[in-house]
Order: sequence, then structure tokens, then C-alpha cells
Amino acid sequence: MSSGNGSYRVIGTRPRRHDGAEKVTGSAIYGNDVQLPGLLSGFILRSPHAHARITSIDTSEAEAMEGVFAVISGKDFPEVADKIADLGEGAVNLSYLSDNVMAKTKVLYKGHAVAAVAAANVHIAEEAAAKIKVEYEVLPSVTWVMDAMQDDAPLLHENLCTDHMGEKDEKPSNTAVHMHFEKGNVEEGFAAADVIVEREFKTATVHQGYIEPHVSVADWTTSGRLKIWTATQGAFTARQQTAEVLQIPISKVVVTPCEIGGGFGGKIAVYVEPVVALLSKKCGRPVKITMTRADVFEGSGPTPGSFMRVKVGATSDGKLVAGEAWLAYDAGAYPGGMIGPGCMCVFSCYDIEHALVDGYDVCLNKPHTSAYRAPGATQVAFAMEQVLDEIAEQLGICKLEIRQFNAAKEGVRRVDGPVYPRIGLVECLDAVAQSDHWNSPLEGENRGRGIGVGFWFGCGLKSSVNASVNHDGTVNLTEGSPDIGGTRTSIAMQLAEVLGIDTFDVIPQVVDTDSVGYTDVTGGSRVTFATGLAAYEAGLDLQKQMVIRAADLWECPVDEITVEEGEFKGAGNSASFKELAQQLFKDGEPLVARASVAPDCATNGFAVHIVDLEVDPETGKVTILRYTAVQDAGKAIHPSYVEGQMQGGAVQGIGWALNEEYYFNDDDTMDNASFLDYRMPTMLDVPMIDTIIVEAANPDHPYGVRGVGEPPIIPPPAAIANVMSEAISKRFYDLPMSPPKVWKALSETS
Amino acid sequence: MAKTVLVTTTINGESTEFLCKPRESLLEILRNKLGMTGSKEGCNNGNCGACTVLIDGLPVDSCLVLGVEVEGVEITTIEGIADIGQLDPVQDCFLEGAALQCGICTPGFIVAARALLDKKPDADEQTIRFDLSGNLCRCTGYDKIVRAIQAVQESN
Repeated sequence: MSSGNGSYRVIGTRPRRHDGAEKVTGSAIYGNDVQLPGLLSGFILRSPHAHARITSIDTSEAEAMEGVFAVISGKDFPEVADKIADLGEGAVNLSYLSDNVMAKTKVLYKGHAVAAVAAANVHIAEEAAAKIKVEYEVLPSVTWVMDAMQDDAPLLHENLCTDHMGEKDEKPSNTAVHMHFEKGNVEEGFAAADVIVEREFKTATVHQGYIEPHVSVADWTTSGRLKIWTATQGAFTARQQTAEVLQIPISKVVVTPCEIGGGFGGKIAVYVEPVVALLSKKCGRPVKITMTRADVFEGSGPTPGSFMRVKVGATSDGKLVAGEAWLAYDAGAYPGGMIGPGCMCVFSCYDIEHALVDGYDVCLNKPHTSAYRAPGATQVAFAMEQVLDEIAEQLGICKLEIRQFNAAKEGVRRVDGPVYPRIGLVECLDAVAQSDHWNSPLEGENRGRGIGVGFWFGCGLKSSVNASVNHDGTVNLTEGSPDIGGTRTSIAMQLAEVLGIDTFDVIPQVVDTDSVGYTDVTGGSRVTFATGLAAYEAGLDLQKQMVIRAADLWECPVDEITVEEGEFKGAGNSASFKELAQQLFKDGEPLVARASVAPDCATNGFAVHIVDLEVDPETGKVTILRYTAVQDAGKAIHPSYVEGQMQGGAVQGIGWALNEEYYFNDDDTMDNASFLDYRMPTMLDVPMIDTIIVEAANPDHPYGVRGVGEPPIIPPPAAIANVMSEAISKRFYDLPMSPPKVWKALSETS
Repeated sequence: MAKTVLVTTTINGESTEFLCKPRESLLEILRNKLGMTGSKEGCNNGNCGACTVLIDGLPVDSCLVLGVEVEGVEITTIEGIADIGQLDPVQDCFLEGAALQCGICTPGFIVAARALLDKKPDADEQTIRFDLSGNLCRCTGYDKIVRAIQAVQESN
């Protein structure tokens, strides 16, 4: 067996991915590629209003259309009581979830589902949906978080009262939750400060922007079993949510996670699954619904817009002594946004003795917010990193050095409680200091260079795998983690490493909810860490079984068998894993192992990004000239896919910084629900993204793996805003820093 | 009810006939009538490029082409890029260079990249980025896609 000395056979190599050929030839089956005999197409009718009471729904004309097989609306859904379901990455109130899937009495945002049709094809379904007559009583609406918190704001939920850390207000409010975290004594801290900077920030609602729309197929069979094929980050949580919304036992539902075309946190909640299920039940045929792109923007879950006030104090030597943050995040139409991690991350990169954070989760007439890659952390980094840069400017300290001086390290306690184990922020900052990028000259007008830092927890949660040895010594590995970015391979590599076999001697498969133990979502940067840990443990189990069987075969005591780099030795015999597996297959029981894990720990990932940019003063357009992403991966199992996460996250963050936002019309409906108008970065908008992988081993994983998926989206808006100040002597406190805003700021100067 | 039209065309070198309603897009025909689901639906309005196919060698968004328009043309889809048992160099370099994550944009990128390299085999980085800016990828940040295409150029 490979030891932890850093010398590995498989780990750290860059094999092709197991599912690669299917994905480059177009034969991989995504949700929309599922075809079944008799499959119908569905379409969801959505609210044109941001806030309205539904007074009546008449589906008769739609039902009478030729080619229409079923029509449903809110009344077809069972009552779901208030109940909190833990979905691993975040909890959800099932009553709200049901209401979000299909409005019952009120619509709370433009795009809220009100009815659905199943028909022979999608065109008939769409035409029929247009014939459903819905009467609305339009209500006043609100889409800006600070407005929604006012006493006279339109109320979304008559029974919602603010929960202040367990104590409820008596008066209804749009503010669902008030969180409060504190350590030390901030008054004392600020009193000791020589310089204090306090600023206010705003960020716009943005979308994950996965290229594959939400899509689900359901076949509610006559046996009573509901079969679902869907684009989801978690088949088991999709099963749970669907069963709860439909009020049927989870044992009646089987979910097959298809290949998934991106998620980034947005494909955890169910939207379409219960709808196609009910349509299928009603007409006795399988039904597929693919959201339109406008539906994805308006009817799925973007990530919160925010208002933030951050105040930080430092002594004249640059030591941060106190921090205070007041954060209000959109929850969207229903309670349960990303304010928790926002509060936990705002000061998480630094060792600050005194800190206080208040956070508010606020309902308003936008779609219910979802996770988006390090949900809630990008907003607070945009605020905190700029305040820190301003402190450095006032004190005349280098912006990298002030971060090195104050960087969180092992033993530092976060404002929300946890004390860090071994973490790698210092190493990341040192890597910046030593990088070619940081040490290269940058000249020219309207240009600048700067950095930003980000932290994300990375979670463990539950994962299960099965491993069965074939009689040629290869191993079939079944797992429950949908593979969004090469995780079949990063998991298989860990099993191969333990067993001393090659990456391609492991055949990984992502299977349905009937075929493997419970596995939480592909999210929280957890899959290579936790499902990889399960694969590692299954490997150890297989190895243990083989040692016992080898002792039997070679007629020697078990403790005489040794295993080194996959080679079994004992009583003068020697065999590789594959040779031994072939011999053992001849007599005796097949070799099978299973493992399930629930590591109760964070993997604590840090990222630091360096950016050079240039502003065009004529147009306000920002061009990224050079970009380097530095990140602690703990141990990069497959470095190419670690780099890929860093590069992809960086570019999503660049889009968030410079262009992306939901535009709302005066009637609070979204005005830019297409990829043309919601402008994500194209290939032409960005340069190469250089990467530096730092490896400060995670003590909670046998190979030292940390989660890597989420940290890289956090630094870009912060880093870019910091560079804007260098390049054009303007600070931007609002996201996005789009050309019109930059141009306006520049023209105000001249 | 609009009239159904018989269309004769060539897809991946094979003469193909299909029946088509005037409103049906080429993407719908390929995916739903001909079972060729390699061309992906990302936006259905020509903004993402996931459904890119070649018509007479030119890359187009198949969601913006009507089925009735392809009478007599030659179409290449992602299913026609590889030879039997042999990946095209573009596919090979995408795999080797880890130029895909979720993979939903990959078929469109590979078809568009194939067309680009056929027309401009020596395209520089800026030309690659310009010509492929109609294909959106949300996972990779494009770095490894550009490098994969450059790797094809280097292998020639």
C-alpha cells in the first residue's frame, strides 16, 4: 500500500477521464437525451407578475386541445406541512419547497410555476399552456433587500416572523432570520485601533449559468414505482424532495442521475421533478420537461444580491484588531438563502481578535435563491478585501504583506466558533510573493495589479461506494456522486492507489438510488474528498480480504502476508493485486467491498488570485491582461481537473465582477432572461488563467485532499475591485463593475 | 395543422430523409426524429453554441435552422467527427488536455473547433478566441479549451 510520504503511483498523474470518449463524441446521456417509449413533452406555465394572488385557474380549454394528455396546477399537489429537511448542503422547509415547485394561492416572483401541461410534443404543450386562463390580483412587490426589510414593505408571507437566533418576533416581516456571531469585544478592539475603515457595498443577483437547462423525465409506472431521470447534483436528495412534495414514501421513488451539464449549486433543489411525476401519474405515460433558458433564469434559483456594511480597525503596524459586519442577503421568494455562510466567511481569512457579525435573510419578489459555488462568500470577500486594501493604503503597507501579517492559521478561531486545524493560507500568500506574475513589471496607463483572498469550508457529508473485483483483477466501482467535473476519475484514482493497480483498472459508474448507499450531493467541494475517502476505505477492505485469502492460498499465517505497492508477499510467494485476484476467483467467494463515510469536518480551502487589468476610459470596459489563481488543494489527485476548477471558478468570478446581473423592470420582472442579455464571459473576454496549486495536506484525509471546487469563485470580484482602485483611482462598492458604471465614474472625475 | 414536409439531406456522409413540420428546428429533428442527441440544447435561441453543426462546412447553431431549410445540403454533427474506433485529433486533444468538465458544451466546441482548424489551421490565440466566442462554456474558464486546440495545431 502506498504510504503518506507523498510518493504515489497514481495520485498526482493526469490520466484521461473514464467518461471522456462518450463526452467528446456526443454519446453520453444527459437528462434531455433520455428517450422512452410513449414519452410526452411538458411545458410549465409561469407567472407574468412579480407578486400576485391567484384568484382562479381555468384549464378546460387547454385540456380539450388535441394532443394534450394532462394538465395540472397547484390544486393537484398534496398539502405539505412545515417540516425542515436536511439536504446535506443546506436545509429546506418542505412546505416552501412544494409552493416553489407549483404556486398554490400566491405567486411570489415572475416565473413562478402556476400550471403544467403534458402533450404529444413541446409545441402543443406550449400552445396549450397559453390557453390556461389564470386570473391574478396583482400585489405590490419588492426586489431590493433594504426596501424589503422596511416595516411598510409588501409582505410575502403573512405568517413569517423574524427568528433572532431562536427567538421569534411576533410581528410578521420579510426578514426570516437574523443571525449574530461575536468573539472578543469589538468596542475594545476598535478603541485600540489607529485606523478604522467602514464602507457599504451592494451586489446584484447573479445566476450560476450552467449551460444545460433543468430537465427531468418521470415515469410513474402502474406498479406504483415512480422512476425519475434527471439533471441533479444529488440523486438521493432529489428523491427525498420529490417524495416529500408528492407525499409518497421514498421507497416508491428511484432517481437516476443522468450526466449533468453543470450545476454550481443550482441543481440541488427540485423544480421540475415533482411536476413531471404528477403529469405522468395523471396521463399514465412518461413525461419530460426541459426548461427554456428564460425559465432557468426566472424560475430556478439564482444566488443572492446583497447589501453589506463592513468596518475594520487596525493598529499602525497593520495588525487587524477589530471587525464588524452587517449583512443583508436576498433569500428570494422563500426563507433560506445564503446568509449563514456569508456571516461565517466575512472575516474567515484573517486572525482578528474582536469581531461581530449580524446577518439577515430577507424574502423578496425574486426567485428563491440557491447555492452558487461558495454560496454567500463571494459577496463578503468583495466587501472585506476592499476594506483591507483601504487600510493598507492608509497605513502605507504593501497589500500582500498586510495579508501575510494577518493571515488565519492553525489555532485561530473564526467568529462563528470553529478553530482552524492545519490550513494553507500562509503558503498560498507565500506562493503569490514568489510567483512570476507578482514579480513581473506592469506598466501603462489605466492599468493595475492587485490581489484578493477567499475562504470556503468544504464539507464532508455522506458518501457510499461498492467495489467488486472482476476475475481479471479489474475493479468495478459504483458510486452515488454525479460527476460534474471528472470525479469518476479522481475517485477511481484513490482506489487504484490503495490497491496498487492502474487508473483504468478501476471502472467507475455513477448509479441510481436503488444501486448504491445514500450519498449526499455533488456540492460543498466534497466529492473527491468524501466519496474519494469511501473509495479509499473500500480499497483497504478489499486488501484486507485478499490478505486473508492469500494466507489461505499460500498456507501461511495471515500476519506473514505483506503488501507493498500492491504486491502481496508471503511464504515465498509473490503476486500483484491483479494476479492474486485472478487466482482467488477460481475458488472461493467473489471479492466485494463496500464503504460508507460521513466525515464530520470542514476541509478549509483558501484561494488567492492575482489580476492585472486595463480600463478603457472611452467605454469603461475592463480588459483582464493577466490572471493567476493560487489555491491550497491539500493534495491534487488529478492536477488537470484541480486547475480546471480554479480556472472555471476564476472566470465565473470575473463575470460576476464585470458584467453579470439580473436587471429588473419597474414592475419587478426580469428584463434580461437570455444568454444574450445576461452576459457571461465568452472565450474572447478572458486571457489564459495561470494556476499555482499549493499542497498543505488536509489532516482529515489519508492523501491530504481538500475541497477545491468552490474557493476559486470568491477572490475575483474583490481582486478586480482592488485593481480598479490602482488603475483609475476609483473604488467600486457595487457589483457588477459594468462598463456603464465604470464610464460614469470616470466621466465624473473629468 | 401545418403541412408535413419530406426533406432529403446528407448527414455525416449518409443520405437521410425525414418528415418535418415547418416549425421544427434542425436541432429538434436531429435529437427527436433521428436520435442524434450529441448536439445539445442549451438555450434554443442561438446564444450558447451547444448545438453547433456544420452545414456545407460552415458552423451554425442548429436551433436557429429550420428542418425544412436543409434540403440538399451536407450536414456534419458531433456524431460524424470521429472515424470508427478512432477519435478526431480535436477530440483526442480535448481529452488529453482535460478541456471539458461537465461536457455539455463539448460537442458544440469540438464541431466549431474542427471547422476553425479546417479553415484556419494556423489560427493564433486571438483568432481562436474570436472565432469560438459563440460557444459558451461555464465550467472551464476556456483556458484548457484554447490549449487543446493549440495542441491539435502542434500535432499537425
